[in-house]
Amino acid sequence: MKILVAVKRTIDAYVKVRVKSDNTGVDLSNAKMAMNPFCEIAVEEAVRLKEKGLATEIVAVTIGSDKAQEQLREAMALGADRSIYIQTSDELEPINIAKLLAAVVQKEQPALILLGKQAIDSDNNQVGQMLAALCDMPQATFASKVVLSTDKVVVSRDVDGGEQILSLQLPAVVTTDLRLNEPRFKKLPDIMKAKKKIIEVFTPELLGVVLKSHITTLSVADPPPRKAGIKVQNVAELVHKLKNEAKVIA
Amino acid sequence: MKALVIAEHDNHILKGATRALVTAALQIAEHVDVLVAGNKCLTVVTAASQIAGVSNVLVADHGNLQYPTSETLAALVLGIAADYIGILAAATTTGKNFLPRVAARLDVAQISEITAVITSDTFVRPIYAGNALATVKSTDSIKVMTVRTSAFIETPTGNTVAEIKNLAAVESSIHTMFISETMSESLRPELTAARIVISGGRGLGSAENFHLLDKVADKLGAAIGASRAAVDSGYAANDMQVGQTGKVVAPDLYIAVAISGAIQHLAGMKESKVIVAINKDAEAPIFQVADYGLVADLFIALPELEALL
Repeated sequence: MKILVAVKRTIDAYVKVRVKSDNTGVDLSNAKMAMNPFCEIAVEEAVRLKEKGLATEIVAVTIGSDKAQEQLREAMALGADRSIYIQTSDELEPINIAKLLAAVVQKEQPALILLGKQAIDSDNNQVGQMLAALCDMPQATFASKVVLSTDKVVVSRDVDGGEQILSLQLPAVVTTDLRLNEPRFKKLPDIMKAKKKIIEVFTPELLGVVLKSHITTLSVADPPPRKAGIKVQNVAELVHKLKNEAKVIA
Repeated sequence: MKALVIAEHDNHILKGATRALVTAALQIAEHVDVLVAGNKCLTVVTAASQIAGVSNVLVADHGNLQYPTSETLAALVLGIAADYIGILAAATTTGKNFLPRVAARLDVAQISEITAVITSDTFVRPIYAGNALATVKSTDSIKVMTVRTSAFIETPTGNTVAEIKNLAAVESSIHTMFISETMSESLRPELTAARIVISGGRGLGSAENFHLLDKVADKLGAAIGASRAAVDSGYAANDMQVGQTGKVVAPDLYIAVAISGAIQHLAGMKESKVIVAINKDAEAPIFQVADYGLVADLFIALPELEALL
């Protein structure tokens, strides 16, 4: 069974985000970049399924500028067998990413497609669902447990206030949530081995996908700062303030 | 020019989020219809029909909508989408799950988690976990969007009653089988919908100590959250995590106990109306965003707080 896992290069989750002074976007020029944390969980899950003997091949895919290939090497160091890199310069909208991935799905015919539930930069939470719709496949978002068999996958999903369990007929799309697993660290020998693994390069044109712009970003600004608060001396003063000044408790 | 709101409900109660969606929709279009998709959901339909400014309530009341899959919900909405210039769902796990399927099938973009409507085609949405706000303009003929409902006031019940129209059943998805749904049996409010949230950090020291928050939460009717550090240390369950990679909350009152205030945590709670920080480290970054800061040992402050509430 083949698993396709999509990864995205994003700003490192622990780096402070700075908005550009001209309000055209976020300044990434010197920022540390990494694999989106939810994508790391997707790669880890694919590797575990292969280690259990349930999957035979893991193909990683990413879309972006040249440097995005670093994240493919990372995925291969973690256990992906080979990669597909779709070369684009622009920041693509989720609908366009989903169309490119749908073309890869068409070509590769994976039984299971794993993606992070969202990327920590654009926070869209759309690509997995859109890909499932475009490929007419079932989906399970926000996965906290994945049980794979030959023709179906049973997924526990984190939903508001509880948990839902769905059984999907393969091929299917699953997006990962935090509780699914804890990604392993890359080992040096694996990083070396990953350098020899294959990255196949495509462009949107080669995949026959026409990209269309739907959204224009007019500005990116800092959120309004919170006004500085006060220090209270003791619990009694705190409760008094909350009751009489902020009026948030009775 | 009409917009469609997808109602949030549990088949019995119409959730306040629906009223916030109506508020957002009325800023986009002159007329607003509400779709109630559920099973034996008459009380929800009645409540929705009484929201001020709603023209029609479209009702899909069928057995396969008790626990609808994303495919079924998307098919239902796609069946009526052509009538609307805007389709709005709450940014809940339900809305986030099915709405991108609708957008993809319509070959339009989805705009996720809007927090403000500037004009009928221009919206504000947080990116980078709320560390930046993007103003985006859509060129699509149908604007499909999820809404962070805590950012909009709830439209109250009005004096008129909307017309109720029944929709035909849609087929169940053949590739997805619903197995079960279990809601946590907490008597406390749900984290993302709570009016008051009290969260604990690594400073609590143990899973046992984490329960010190319970009594205060009980007195306040608050939901309990946790920082990532507390979750990683095993003091609290992962679904309690507030932050960039956890849940984003915006309650009226947020009480951070022994939380230092890492960027990743602040991203999940800084839209709260009033923030209280209790921490023994006077230099903790959490105090920079707190309206009321108390430098104190939590093991002394929490029992005191409980006694005074």
